[in-house]
Parts: sequence; structure tokens; C-alpha cells
Amino acid sequence: MSEETQSKKKVLLVDDDMDFRLQQRMLLESMGLEVVEAETRAQAEKILDETHPDIAVIDLMMEEADSGFVLCHRLKKHDPNLPVIIVTAVASETGMTFSASTREERSWIKADAVLNKPVRPAQLRKEIDKLLRA
Amino acid sequence: MEPLCVMVVDDEMGMRTGAERALRDYRVKTPDGGEEISFSVISAESGEEALQIISKTPPDILLLDYKLPGMTGLDLLVKLAAGSGDMLVIMITAYASIETAVQATRQGAYDFLPKPFTPAELRDVIRRSAMHVVLTRQARQMAEEKKRVRFEFIRVLGHELKAPLAAVEGYVNIMKDETLGPQLAPYKEMISRSHVRLEQMKKLIVDLLDMTRIEAGQKVRHVEKIDLCAALRDAVELVKPAAKERGIKGSVQCPEHYFTMADRSEMDMIFSNLLTNAVKYNRAGGSVEAVLTPGEGQVEIRVTDTGIGMTPEEVHKLFGEFVRIKNDQTRNILGSGLGLSIIKRLVELYRGSITVKSEAGKGSTFTAILKLEKVES
Repeated sequence: MSEETQSKKKVLLVDDDMDFRLQQRMLLESMGLEVVEAETRAQAEKILDETHPDIAVIDLMMEEADSGFVLCHRLKKHDPNLPVIIVTAVASETGMTFSASTREERSWIKADAVLNKPVRPAQLRKEIDKLLRA
Repeated sequence: MEPLCVMVVDDEMGMRTGAERALRDYRVKTPDGGEEISFSVISAESGEEALQIISKTPPDILLLDYKLPGMTGLDLLVKLAAGSGDMLVIMITAYASIETAVQATRQGAYDFLPKPFTPAELRDVIRRSAMHVVLTRQARQMAEEKKRVRFEFIRVLGHELKAPLAAVEGYVNIMKDETLGPQLAPYKEMISRSHVRLEQMKKLIVDLLDMTRIEAGQKVRHVEKIDLCAALRDAVELVKPAAKERGIKGSVQCPEHYFTMADRSEMDMIFSNLLTNAVKYNRAGGSVEAVLTPGEGQVEIRVTDTGIGMTPEEVHKLFGEFVRIKNDQTRNILGSGLGLSIIKRLVELYRGSITVKSEAGKGSTFTAILKLEKVES
């Protein structure tokens, strides 16, 4: 009961695959988070002002192949303290891998973490816990 | 087409200038008759000089004298054999002995020209060689293009299958972990979404098999007397449930019968693909009109819809493999992107054509013409 009354942390979930959104939503809600969805970068930017998310989980390849990177920059510009996790299938689709494990990588990929699809629930949970606590 | 470069290697100046004169204004039609081939002529006095020139600018056809001062024509052939590319060699020989011929052929000579020869004889041997050069190049180009298309095909296929597979896998994992508890009810939406994505994969695989079978000529064809009008009416019946669901009205205009020799399953594929598209890409409450018009030794099938239509750019891309016009309106429409490729191939089997007229927001008309003669009932 106490969890319900407490104001929930809000997560912005951006992905163009509705099935992936549905699955992520379930996982995120099971973690006690409130989920706001967008299916494109443009849509995410539009709702950003009224949403005030506490964390964002975004796809990389959406309307453009690098939509996620662009969105990441915009989110950080909007709120430098907003933690952003990129969840992407880019590695299996193109063979390119990105990560945000070093300071240098984080300096151009503004994300706080980059996870590869299919993402393991435990892994996403761990990253979110870590970033929300920080 | 670029002129083919002919190189004459002969120590007699008369031969070199003679060959140049004989070929200067000579023109040959390509094997398909579409283009004219002309020739540019370069020459060398000795094998050594020839080697030097060839290493920089290899000719397409080499007219090579057998008897040269210093390095002989045969020596030159041996030297060239290593890196001659697709240069064609014609040996000029004064003594057309069998032994020389055999030796030279072993070293890769394509043809012979016995000395002395007339300009007409020279042109004749050059014409044969030119045909060979052009055909070899065309064949290689086609093989490369085929390889490229096949690679692209597999790459896109991998991509198209991966997305739905990942989605279904995700749902199954959620259910396996009983994330929403042990009861089935909360998983209903996931099950239905998995179903949609599985259908998409199934459709893709079936279409793909159809297409590769047509492509490889492996599809067993049963050409027999069939009633094309009956086939069309049956195909219309099959799409009616999907049309009714979205309030789309349909009409068919065709004669009572049109008997012809064709493969019924191929006709079914053409009709059902055309009609399914007309329903899928229609707006709710729209209409689909199918018209079959017999003509002189052919039949025209026209399917018109009142759907979302396409822009000229979208029409331009339409007949490619795996092309699905992606925009806001088509996002939730399932398809493999192979339907029109299949129609196109089938129509070609009947020496016909498929064309489309479309206007964004208004609808599209697909017209297939099949060279199918009417036969007596």
C-alpha cells in the first residue's frame, strides 16, 4: 500500500516496435515505475516538457538509424541530470557495437548505459536501480 | 558502347596499316542487336614492344603474328597467359600447320587467320571475336548482379525475420517467468501479439518459398484448360471476409467464362495478391473493383482500390523485393514485401506485364496483362 501512495518514479520509454514497448512496460511497471511511451524521437521530444521523466529508456534505430543518439543529446540538454539508457539491436543488425563504459565513450554518446537487445530483465533492472539511486 | 581495342602485332608495316584500314570504319551489331560495336586499332612491331603496351593498356582483341623477329608470337602468348585477363588472341600465321594451331590453342589463342588474308576475312574473324568478347562480359556482369541481389536478399531476409522473432521470444520469456502471475488471463494481449508476429513470419516464409521456386523454375507447373473468370470470382470470395471486416465493398466485372491454357495455382497467386493488396491498403468503408477484359490473344486484369495510394516516388520503388512502403498509414499493415515481386515474376512467365497508376490519398489501379489465348470450351 505504501508503495502505491508514494509518488512513483517516471520512465520515458521510446521504441518504434510496439511489442518491445509492451514487454518493457511490463518489466518497468513490475519495478514500480510509471511508464510513459513514445514511438519516435519526434514524439518523445514533443511530450518531454509535460512528462518530466526521472529516467529514459530509448531505442537507437527508429525513424532514422541514429535517432537514439540524437534524442539522447536532446534529453541531456533538456535536463543534464536525467539518466538515459539506450537499448539497441544495432550490434546484431550492423555488427557495430557501442558502449558507455568509458568516460570517452560517454563524452560523445551522452547515454549513461548502452544495453544490447535482447536485453535481459535482470540487467535492465540493475542499471535502472543503479542510475535512479545515484 | 565503347569501341573494342584491337592490337596488331606484326613486323610488316603493310600488315599493320592494312589491318588499321580494314577495321577503321567497320561496325558490328551486338549479339542482342541493340548496340553497335566499333573498333580502335593500336599496333606494335615486336613481341617486346607489344608486352610493354599490353602491360599498360591491355587491348580487347590481340591480332598476333606467329613469326616475329626476336620473341615469337608463341613466346608472347606464353608470357601473357599468366595475366592476360579477358583479352582474346587471334594468331596470324603464314603456314597454317596443324602443329602450330594446336600449340597456339594450348596457350590460349581463340582463332586463326592464315596469311595472306583479305580485309573481308580479317573483318569476319574480328566480328566473331567481338561477339565472343561482348557475350563473355555480359555473362560475367549478369553473374555479378545475381550474386549481389542474392546477398541483399539474404541480408534483408535476416532482418525481416529477426524483429518478429525477437518480439515473440520476449513474450514467451515473460510467460515462462510468470511475470504476471500463474493465471493465463493477463497474458492474453501478449498471446495475440505473438500470434500476429508469427503470422507475419509465416507469410514471409511462404512468399519467399513461392518466389524462389518460381525463380529457380522448380515450381511444378500444371498448364491445363481453366476458366479464368471462375478463378477470379473464387479469389474475390476468399478476400471477402477481410474486406467485410473493414466495411470495404467489392465488385467484379468479367464475362461468364474465359477458358484458356494456364496454371490455375499461378492465376490464384496473381489474383489473390492483387486483391489482398487492394483490401489491405484501402481505407475502411472503401471499395475494390476487379475487371477482367478479354483482348486479342490476351487478357487484362485490372484491380482498382480507393485506398491510401502512393506518391510517384513510392510507385517507383514498388516492384523491388521486400519493398514495403513505410509511412504512418502502412505501419500496422502486415506484409512480407514480396507479393508484388511474385506477381511480377508470374506475369513474366505469361509474357505479360504489370503496371500501376496511383495517387496518394485517392487509391491505386494495378493492371496485369497476360498473354493467354482464349480456347474453346
